[in-house]
Amino acid sequence: MANGWRWFHRLGSPKYLFQKTGQWLPWIWAATLILLGVGLYYSLWASPIEVRQGQGHTVRIMYVHVPAAALSMIAYIAMAIAAIVGLVWKMKMAFAVVRSIAPVGAAMTFLALFTGSVWGKPTWGTWWEWDARMTSELLLLFLYLGYIALHASFSDRSKADKAGAILAIVGVINIPIIYFSVKWWNTLHQGYSVTQKGALAPEFQTPLFLMLAGIYLLFAALVIMRLRAEIILRNQKARWVTEWATGATSKRGES
Amino acid sequence: MILTLLKREMKVARRNWIGLAIPLLFFIIVVSLFPFAVSPEAPVLQKLAPGVIWVAALLAMLLSLEQFYRSDYQDGSLEQLLLMSSPTSVAMSKILAHWLLTGLPLVILSPLLAVLMQINYGSEGSPHTWVLMLSLVMGTPTLCLLGAVGMSLTLAANRNGLLVSILIIPLYVPILIFGASTVTASLENMRYNGELAILGAFLLIAIVFAPFASGRALKISVG
Repeated sequence: MANGWRWFHRLGSPKYLFQKTGQWLPWIWAATLILLGVGLYYSLWASPIEVRQGQGHTVRIMYVHVPAAALSMIAYIAMAIAAIVGLVWKMKMAFAVVRSIAPVGAAMTFLALFTGSVWGKPTWGTWWEWDARMTSELLLLFLYLGYIALHASFSDRSKADKAGAILAIVGVINIPIIYFSVKWWNTLHQGYSVTQKGALAPEFQTPLFLMLAGIYLLFAALVIMRLRAEIILRNQKARWVTEWATGATSKRGES
Repeated sequence: MILTLLKREMKVARRNWIGLAIPLLFFIIVVSLFPFAVSPEAPVLQKLAPGVIWVAALLAMLLSLEQFYRSDYQDGSLEQLLLMSSPTSVAMSKILAHWLLTGLPLVILSPLLAVLMQINYGSEGSPHTWVLMLSLVMGTPTLCLLGAVGMSLTLAANRNGLLVSILIIPLYVPILIFGASTVTASLENMRYNGELAILGAFLLIAIVFAPFASGRALKISVG
Protein backbone atom coordinates (compact mmCIF):
# COMPACT_ATOMS: atom_id res chain seq x y z
CA MET A 1 0.00 0.00 0.00
CA ALA A 2 2.71 2.40 1.02
CA ASN A 3 4.65 1.38 -2.05
CA GLY A 4 1.66 2.01 -4.26
CA TRP A 5 1.29 5.43 -2.74
CA ARG A 6 4.91 6.26 -3.43
CA TRP A 7 4.58 4.92 -6.94
CA PHE A 8 1.65 7.22 -7.50
CA HIS A 9 3.67 10.20 -6.36
CA ARG A 10 6.71 9.33 -8.38
CA LEU A 11 5.03 8.80 -11.68
CA GLY A 12 1.53 10.22 -11.48
CA SER A 13 2.14 13.40 -9.64
CA PRO A 14 4.42 15.40 -11.96
CA LYS A 15 2.08 14.96 -14.89
CA TYR A 16 -0.98 15.79 -12.82
CA LEU A 17 0.74 18.83 -11.29
CA PHE A 18 1.90 20.00 -14.69
CA GLN A 19 -1.57 19.77 -16.19
CA LYS A 20 -3.31 21.38 -13.21
CA THR A 21 -0.89 24.31 -13.02
CA GLY A 22 -1.26 24.69 -16.75
CA GLN A 23 -4.97 25.24 -16.21
CA TRP A 24 -4.45 27.69 -13.34
CA LEU A 25 -1.71 29.74 -14.87
CA PRO A 26 -3.71 31.93 -17.32
CA TRP A 27 -6.13 32.89 -14.53
CA ILE A 28 -3.33 33.72 -12.12
CA TRP A 29 -1.55 35.80 -14.73
CA ALA A 30 -4.76 37.65 -15.62
CA ALA A 31 -5.46 38.44 -11.96
CA THR A 32 -1.83 39.47 -11.45
CA LEU A 33 -1.84 41.87 -14.36
CA ILE A 34 -5.16 43.44 -13.35
CA LEU A 35 -4.15 43.89 -9.71
CA LEU A 36 -0.67 45.14 -10.53
CA GLY A 37 -2.06 47.49 -13.15
CA VAL A 38 -4.61 49.03 -10.82
CA GLY A 39 -2.16 48.98 -7.92
CA LEU A 40 0.60 50.68 -9.89
CA TYR A 41 -1.84 53.28 -11.21
CA TYR A 42 -2.90 54.16 -7.68
CA SER A 43 0.54 53.97 -6.16
CA LEU A 44 2.36 55.94 -8.84
CA TRP A 45 -0.26 58.49 -10.00
CA ALA A 46 -3.53 58.55 -8.11
CA SER A 47 -2.38 58.42 -4.50
CA PRO A 48 -1.36 61.60 -2.68
CA ILE A 49 2.22 62.42 -1.75
CA GLU A 50 3.36 62.23 1.84
CA VAL A 51 3.48 65.63 3.53
CA ARG A 52 3.59 64.94 7.25
CA GLN A 53 7.07 63.39 7.34
CA GLY A 54 8.22 65.47 4.39
CA GLN A 55 8.82 62.43 2.22
CA GLY A 56 7.01 63.73 -0.86
CA HIS A 57 7.14 61.34 -3.78
CA THR A 58 9.66 58.99 -2.16
CA VAL A 59 6.80 57.49 -0.16
CA ARG A 60 5.78 55.74 -3.37
CA ILE A 61 8.76 53.41 -2.94
CA MET A 62 6.79 51.87 -0.09
CA TYR A 63 4.32 50.27 -2.50
CA VAL A 64 7.05 48.03 -3.86
CA HIS A 65 9.28 47.86 -0.79
CA VAL A 66 6.72 46.56 1.71
CA PRO A 67 5.29 43.76 -0.48
CA ALA A 68 8.77 42.66 -1.55
CA ALA A 69 9.98 42.54 2.04
CA ALA A 70 6.90 40.64 3.20
CA LEU A 71 7.26 38.14 0.38
CA SER A 72 10.96 37.63 0.93
CA MET A 73 10.19 36.17 4.34
CA ILE A 74 7.03 34.29 3.40
CA ALA A 75 8.82 32.74 0.44
CA TYR A 76 11.53 31.36 2.71
CA ILE A 77 8.96 29.90 5.08
CA ALA A 78 7.14 28.36 2.10
CA MET A 79 10.46 26.91 0.94
CA ALA A 80 11.08 25.35 4.34
CA ILE A 81 7.55 23.89 4.48
CA ALA A 82 7.99 22.37 1.03
CA ALA A 83 11.39 21.04 2.15
CA ILE A 84 9.83 19.36 5.19
CA VAL A 85 7.10 17.85 3.01
CA GLY A 86 9.76 16.58 0.64
CA LEU A 87 11.94 15.03 3.33
CA VAL A 88 9.17 13.55 5.47
CA TRP A 89 6.81 12.24 2.80
CA LYS A 90 9.51 11.72 0.17
CA MET A 91 7.60 13.74 -2.40
CA LYS A 92 9.84 14.63 -5.27
CA MET A 93 7.59 17.41 -6.47
CA ALA A 94 8.01 19.18 -3.14
CA PHE A 95 11.75 19.47 -3.85
CA ALA A 96 10.91 20.91 -7.24
CA VAL A 97 8.79 23.50 -5.45
CA VAL A 98 11.68 24.40 -3.11
CA ARG A 99 13.98 24.76 -6.08
CA SER A 100 11.42 26.92 -7.91
CA ILE A 101 10.86 29.29 -5.02
CA ALA A 102 14.52 29.99 -4.19
CA PRO A 103 15.52 32.35 -7.03
CA VAL A 104 12.21 34.22 -6.93
CA GLY A 105 12.55 34.63 -3.16
CA ALA A 106 16.12 35.82 -3.57
CA ALA A 107 14.98 38.34 -6.17
CA MET A 108 12.27 39.63 -3.81
CA THR A 109 14.83 39.93 -1.00
CA PHE A 110 17.15 41.83 -3.28
CA LEU A 111 14.28 44.08 -4.38
CA ALA A 112 13.39 44.82 -0.76
CA LEU A 113 17.01 45.66 0.07
CA PHE A 114 17.46 47.78 -3.03
CA THR A 115 14.24 49.78 -2.68
CA GLY A 116 14.95 50.17 1.03
CA SER A 117 18.36 51.57 0.24
CA VAL A 118 16.94 54.02 -2.30
CA TRP A 119 14.27 55.03 0.21
CA GLY A 120 16.78 55.30 3.04
CA LYS A 121 18.98 57.84 1.30
CA PRO A 122 16.43 60.73 1.23
CA THR A 123 14.70 59.86 4.53
CA TRP A 124 17.55 58.75 6.80
CA GLY A 125 20.35 60.35 4.82
CA THR A 126 22.19 57.07 4.33
CA TRP A 127 22.22 54.25 1.79
CA TRP A 128 22.92 51.61 4.37
CA GLU A 129 22.69 51.31 8.10
CA TRP A 130 23.49 48.23 10.18
CA ASP A 131 19.97 48.12 11.48
CA ALA A 132 18.16 44.97 12.63
CA ARG A 133 15.69 44.63 9.77
CA MET A 134 18.18 45.48 7.07
CA THR A 135 20.87 43.21 8.47
CA SER A 136 18.55 40.25 8.89
CA GLU A 137 17.18 40.83 5.39
CA LEU A 138 20.75 40.83 4.07
CA LEU A 139 21.46 37.56 5.87
CA LEU A 140 18.23 36.18 4.44
CA LEU A 141 19.56 36.99 0.98
CA PHE A 142 22.74 35.07 1.84
CA LEU A 143 20.64 32.11 2.97
CA TYR A 144 18.80 32.08 -0.37
CA LEU A 145 22.06 32.38 -2.28
CA GLY A 146 23.55 29.64 -0.11
CA TYR A 147 20.66 27.34 -1.01
CA ILE A 148 21.06 28.12 -4.72
CA ALA A 149 24.83 27.61 -4.56
CA LEU A 150 24.48 24.35 -2.64
CA HIS A 151 21.87 23.00 -5.01
CA ALA A 152 23.97 23.94 -8.03
CA SER A 153 27.10 22.23 -6.77
CA PHE A 154 25.82 18.66 -6.83
CA SER A 155 25.90 16.56 -9.96
CA ASP A 156 23.28 14.21 -8.48
CA ARG A 157 19.90 15.96 -8.45
CA SER A 158 18.30 13.93 -5.70
CA LYS A 159 21.27 14.59 -3.38
CA ALA A 160 21.08 18.27 -4.24
CA ASP A 161 17.36 18.28 -3.44
CA LYS A 162 17.76 16.64 -0.06
CA ALA A 163 20.83 18.60 1.02
CA GLY A 164 19.16 21.83 -0.03
CA ALA A 165 16.01 20.88 1.85
CA ILE A 166 17.99 20.37 5.06
CA LEU A 167 19.66 23.74 4.58
CA ALA A 168 16.28 25.41 4.04
CA ILE A 169 14.95 23.90 7.26
CA VAL A 170 18.05 24.83 9.28
CA GLY A 171 17.80 28.34 7.85
CA VAL A 172 14.17 28.76 8.83
CA ILE A 173 14.98 27.82 12.43
CA ASN A 174 17.70 30.42 12.33
CA ILE A 175 15.67 33.28 10.85
CA PRO A 176 13.95 34.24 14.13
CA ILE A 177 17.27 33.81 15.96
CA ILE A 178 19.04 36.06 13.46
CA TYR A 179 16.20 38.54 13.56
CA PHE A 180 16.11 38.90 17.33
CA SER A 181 19.87 38.85 17.74
CA VAL A 182 20.38 41.73 15.32
CA LYS A 183 17.35 43.53 16.77
CA TRP A 184 18.89 43.58 20.22
CA TRP A 185 22.18 44.49 18.68
CA ASN A 186 20.97 47.55 16.75
CA THR A 187 17.69 49.07 15.56
CA LEU A 188 16.77 52.00 13.34
CA HIS A 189 14.07 50.74 10.99
CA GLN A 190 10.51 51.67 11.96
CA GLY A 191 8.27 49.04 13.48
CA TYR A 192 5.59 47.10 11.70
CA SER A 193 2.81 49.59 11.03
CA VAL A 194 0.90 48.39 7.98
CA THR A 195 -2.06 46.81 9.71
CA GLN A 196 -2.07 49.00 12.81
CA LYS A 197 -5.17 51.17 12.98
CA GLY A 198 -4.46 54.80 12.20
CA ALA A 199 -0.78 54.22 11.57
CA LEU A 200 -1.25 54.50 7.86
CA ALA A 201 -3.82 56.83 6.29
CA PRO A 202 -6.41 55.07 4.10
CA GLU A 203 -5.24 56.83 0.95
CA PHE A 204 -1.88 55.09 1.41
CA GLN A 205 -3.37 51.84 2.63
CA THR A 206 -5.54 51.12 -0.42
CA PRO A 207 -2.76 51.16 -3.03
CA LEU A 208 -0.47 49.31 -0.64
CA PHE A 209 -2.95 46.46 -0.22
CA LEU A 210 -3.55 46.36 -3.97
CA MET A 211 0.20 46.10 -4.52
CA LEU A 212 0.56 43.49 -1.80
CA ALA A 213 -2.07 41.31 -3.45
CA GLY A 214 -0.61 41.98 -6.90
CA ILE A 215 2.94 41.07 -5.94
CA TYR A 216 1.78 37.96 -4.06
CA LEU A 217 0.06 36.82 -7.22
CA LEU A 218 3.05 37.75 -9.33
CA PHE A 219 5.17 35.62 -7.02
CA ALA A 220 2.74 32.71 -7.36
CA ALA A 221 2.72 33.04 -11.13
CA LEU A 222 6.52 33.14 -11.37
CA VAL A 223 6.96 30.19 -9.03
CA ILE A 224 4.40 28.14 -10.96
CA MET A 225 6.14 28.93 -14.24
CA ARG A 226 9.48 27.89 -12.78
CA LEU A 227 7.89 24.80 -11.31
CA ARG A 228 6.51 23.78 -14.71
CA ALA A 229 9.93 24.22 -16.28
CA GLU A 230 11.41 22.21 -13.40
CA ILE A 231 8.87 19.41 -13.91
CA ILE A 232 9.70 19.18 -17.61
CA LEU A 233 13.42 19.25 -16.83
CA ARG A 234 13.09 16.48 -14.28
CA ASN A 235 10.87 14.27 -16.39
CA GLN A 236 12.53 14.67 -19.75
CA LYS A 237 12.41 10.96 -20.36
CA ALA A 238 8.79 10.48 -19.38
CA ARG A 239 6.49 9.64 -22.23
CA TRP A 240 3.90 12.27 -21.42
CA VAL A 241 6.58 14.95 -21.67
CA THR A 242 7.57 13.80 -25.14
CA GLU A 243 3.92 13.67 -26.12
CA TRP A 244 3.31 17.12 -24.68
CA ALA A 245 6.34 18.56 -26.44
CA THR A 246 5.65 17.02 -29.83
CA GLY A 247 1.95 17.79 -29.50
CA ALA A 248 2.77 21.41 -28.83
CA THR A 249 5.07 21.66 -31.84
CA SER A 250 2.68 19.89 -34.20
CA LYS A 251 -0.13 22.21 -33.09
CA ARG A 252 2.08 25.19 -33.81
CA GLY A 253 2.88 23.64 -37.18
CA GLU A 254 -0.79 23.37 -38.11
CA SER A 255 -1.78 26.94 -37.36
CA MET B 1 29.30 3.77 21.16
CA ILE B 2 29.98 7.49 21.21
CA LEU B 3 32.95 6.89 23.52
CA THR B 4 34.48 4.36 21.11
CA LEU B 5 34.03 6.74 18.21
CA LEU B 6 35.56 9.52 20.29
CA LYS B 7 38.63 7.39 21.06
CA ARG B 8 39.03 6.68 17.38
CA GLU B 9 38.86 10.38 16.54
CA MET B 10 41.54 11.15 19.11
CA LYS B 11 43.81 8.47 17.70
CA VAL B 12 43.37 9.81 14.17
CA ALA B 13 44.01 13.34 15.38
CA ARG B 14 47.21 12.41 17.18
CA ARG B 15 48.65 11.26 13.88
CA ASN B 16 47.65 14.47 12.17
CA TRP B 17 48.54 17.06 14.78
CA ILE B 18 49.91 19.55 12.24
CA GLY B 19 46.47 19.77 10.68
CA LEU B 20 45.08 20.68 14.06
CA ALA B 21 47.77 23.22 14.83
CA ILE B 22 47.17 25.23 11.65
CA PRO B 23 43.80 26.74 12.64
CA LEU B 24 45.31 27.73 16.00
CA LEU B 25 48.27 29.43 14.34
CA PHE B 26 45.85 31.12 12.00
CA PHE B 27 43.87 32.36 15.01
CA ILE B 28 46.95 34.00 16.54
CA ILE B 29 48.28 35.40 13.27
CA VAL B 30 44.99 36.99 12.21
CA VAL B 31 44.63 38.73 15.56
CA SER B 32 48.23 39.95 15.50
CA LEU B 33 47.58 41.64 12.14
CA PHE B 34 45.25 44.21 13.67
CA PRO B 35 47.84 46.16 15.65
CA PHE B 36 49.79 46.52 12.39
CA ALA B 37 46.79 47.45 10.31
CA VAL B 38 44.83 49.69 12.65
CA SER B 39 46.92 51.02 15.49
CA PRO B 40 49.17 49.59 18.19
CA GLU B 41 47.77 51.96 20.83
CA ALA B 42 46.34 50.16 23.83
CA PRO B 43 42.94 51.97 24.11
CA VAL B 44 42.21 51.40 20.41
CA LEU B 45 43.21 47.74 20.58
CA GLN B 46 41.12 47.20 23.67
CA LYS B 47 38.07 48.62 21.92
CA LEU B 48 38.62 46.35 18.92
CA ALA B 49 39.59 43.30 20.96
CA PRO B 50 36.23 41.52 21.48
CA GLY B 51 35.24 41.75 17.84
CA VAL B 52 38.66 40.91 16.47
CA ILE B 53 39.22 37.90 18.70
CA TRP B 54 35.73 36.58 18.05
CA VAL B 55 35.96 37.03 14.29
CA ALA B 56 39.36 35.32 14.29
CA ALA B 57 38.00 32.44 16.38
CA LEU B 58 35.07 32.09 13.99
CA LEU B 59 37.35 32.02 10.95
CA ALA B 60 39.68 29.53 12.61
CA MET B 61 36.74 27.24 13.33
CA LEU B 62 35.61 27.65 9.73
CA LEU B 63 39.08 26.74 8.50
CA SER B 64 39.26 23.64 10.66
CA LEU B 65 35.92 22.40 9.34
CA GLU B 66 37.73 21.32 6.19
CA GLN B 67 39.07 18.23 7.98
CA PHE B 68 35.82 17.52 9.77
CA TYR B 69 34.30 14.70 7.74
CA ARG B 70 36.35 15.07 4.58
CA SER B 71 39.14 12.50 4.99
CA ASP B 72 36.75 9.94 6.48
CA TYR B 73 34.42 10.53 3.57
CA GLN B 74 37.16 10.16 1.01
CA ASP B 75 38.67 6.93 2.34
CA GLY B 76 35.25 5.37 2.86
CA SER B 77 35.47 4.99 6.63
CA LEU B 78 32.52 7.34 7.07
CA GLU B 79 30.36 4.83 5.24
CA GLN B 80 31.55 2.08 7.58
CA LEU B 81 30.82 4.26 10.61
CA LEU B 82 27.31 4.92 9.34
CA LEU B 83 26.76 1.19 8.91
CA MET B 84 27.93 0.60 12.47
CA SER B 85 25.81 3.09 14.34
CA SER B 86 23.11 5.69 13.91
CA PRO B 87 24.01 8.81 11.89
CA THR B 88 23.10 11.08 14.79
CA SER B 89 25.58 9.42 17.11
CA VAL B 90 28.29 9.48 14.45
CA ALA B 91 27.68 13.20 14.01
CA MET B 92 27.54 13.75 17.76
CA SER B 93 30.86 12.03 18.45
CA LYS B 94 32.49 13.77 15.50
CA ILE B 95 31.32 17.15 16.74
CA LEU B 96 32.43 16.47 20.30
CA ALA B 97 35.85 15.31 19.14
CA HIS B 98 36.17 18.27 16.82
CA TRP B 99 35.39 20.71 19.59
CA LEU B 100 37.85 19.05 21.95
CA LEU B 101 40.54 19.20 19.27
CA THR B 102 39.98 22.72 17.92
CA GLY B 103 37.48 24.64 20.06
CA LEU B 104 39.05 23.87 23.39
CA PRO B 105 42.60 24.75 22.27
CA LEU B 106 41.22 28.05 20.99
CA VAL B 107 39.76 28.74 24.43
CA ILE B 108 43.06 27.82 26.08
CA LEU B 109 44.99 30.08 23.70
CA SER B 110 42.66 33.04 24.11
CA PRO B 111 44.38 34.55 27.21
CA LEU B 112 47.47 35.01 25.06
CA LEU B 113 45.40 36.98 22.58
CA ALA B 114 43.85 38.92 25.43
CA VAL B 115 47.36 40.04 26.30
CA LEU B 116 48.15 40.88 22.66
CA MET B 117 44.96 42.92 22.33
CA GLN B 118 45.47 44.69 25.69
CA ILE B 119 42.22 43.41 27.13
CA ASN B 120 43.32 44.00 30.69
CA TYR B 121 44.78 47.40 29.83
CA GLY B 122 44.41 49.88 32.67
CA SER B 123 42.46 47.57 34.95
CA GLU B 124 44.60 45.33 37.12
CA GLY B 125 42.96 42.17 38.40
CA SER B 126 39.78 42.54 36.38
CA PRO B 127 38.04 39.41 35.08
CA HIS B 128 37.96 40.40 31.39
CA THR B 129 40.19 37.54 30.28
CA TRP B 130 38.01 35.08 32.14
CA VAL B 131 34.92 36.53 30.49
CA LEU B 132 36.56 36.16 27.09
CA MET B 133 37.36 32.52 27.81
CA LEU B 134 33.86 31.93 29.16
CA SER B 135 32.25 33.46 26.07
CA LEU B 136 34.42 31.24 23.86
CA VAL B 137 33.60 28.16 25.94
CA MET B 138 29.90 28.89 25.43
CA GLY B 139 30.14 29.97 21.79
CA THR B 140 32.64 27.71 20.04
CA PRO B 141 30.67 24.47 20.56
CA THR B 142 27.73 26.10 18.79
CA LEU B 143 30.04 27.06 15.93
CA CYS B 144 31.15 23.41 15.77
CA LEU B 145 27.59 22.12 15.78
CA LEU B 146 26.41 24.45 13.02
CA GLY B 147 29.62 23.89 11.08
CA ALA B 148 29.01 20.14 11.20
CA VAL B 149 25.67 20.65 9.48
CA GLY B 150 27.26 22.74 6.75
CA MET B 151 30.14 20.34 6.34
CA SER B 152 28.00 17.25 6.06
CA LEU B 153 25.72 18.98 3.54
CA THR B 154 28.62 19.83 1.23
CA LEU B 155 30.47 16.50 1.46
CA ALA B 156 29.20 15.18 -1.84
CA ALA B 157 29.13 18.60 -3.53
CA ASN B 158 31.69 19.65 -6.09
CA ARG B 159 33.05 23.03 -4.99
CA ASN B 160 32.91 22.55 -1.25
CA GLY B 161 35.81 24.58 0.14
CA LEU B 162 34.23 28.00 -0.07
CA LEU B 163 30.69 26.76 -0.34
CA VAL B 164 30.55 25.76 3.30
CA SER B 165 31.53 29.29 4.38
CA ILE B 166 28.70 30.79 2.34
CA LEU B 167 26.23 28.37 3.86
CA ILE B 168 27.08 28.79 7.49
CA ILE B 169 28.40 32.31 7.98
CA PRO B 170 24.83 33.71 8.03
CA LEU B 171 24.03 31.16 10.73
CA TYR B 172 27.13 32.16 12.69
CA VAL B 173 26.15 35.82 12.96
CA PRO B 174 24.02 35.57 16.15
CA ILE B 175 26.79 33.73 18.00
CA LEU B 176 29.31 36.31 16.86
CA ILE B 177 27.08 39.16 18.02
CA PHE B 178 26.50 37.79 21.49
CA GLY B 179 29.99 36.37 21.92
CA ALA B 180 31.63 39.69 21.17
CA SER B 181 29.07 41.70 23.11
CA THR B 182 29.68 39.56 26.22
CA VAL B 183 33.30 40.67 26.19
CA THR B 184 32.41 44.27 25.31
CA ALA B 185 29.97 44.44 28.23
CA SER B 186 32.66 43.17 30.56
CA LEU B 187 35.18 45.71 29.25
CA GLU B 188 32.66 48.49 29.87
CA ASN B 189 32.15 47.14 33.40
CA MET B 190 28.55 46.21 32.73
CA ARG B 191 26.70 43.00 33.49
CA TYR B 192 27.32 40.31 30.92
CA ASN B 193 25.29 37.37 32.29
CA GLY B 194 22.43 38.12 29.90
CA GLU B 195 24.66 37.71 26.85
CA LEU B 196 26.21 34.56 28.30
CA ALA B 197 22.76 33.14 28.96
CA ILE B 198 21.77 33.76 25.34
CA LEU B 199 24.96 32.05 24.14
CA GLY B 200 24.00 29.14 26.38
CA ALA B 201 20.51 29.09 24.87
CA PHE B 202 21.96 28.98 21.34
CA LEU B 203 24.19 26.12 22.44
CA LEU B 204 21.25 24.13 23.80
CA ILE B 205 19.16 24.69 20.66
CA ALA B 206 22.11 23.66 18.51
CA ILE B 207 22.75 20.53 20.62
CA VAL B 208 19.14 19.48 20.11
CA PHE B 209 18.92 20.06 16.36
CA ALA B 210 22.39 20.07 14.83
CA PRO B 211 23.56 16.46 15.39
CA PHE B 212 20.25 15.22 14.00
CA ALA B 213 20.41 17.52 10.96
CA SER B 214 24.07 16.66 10.42
CA GLY B 215 23.31 12.95 10.67
CA ARG B 216 20.54 13.22 8.09
CA ALA B 217 22.84 15.18 5.81
CA LEU B 218 25.58 12.55 6.23
CA LYS B 219 23.19 9.83 5.14
CA ILE B 220 22.27 11.86 2.07
CA SER B 221 25.89 12.56 1.19
CA VAL B 222 27.01 8.97 1.59
CA GLY B 223 23.90 7.15 0.39
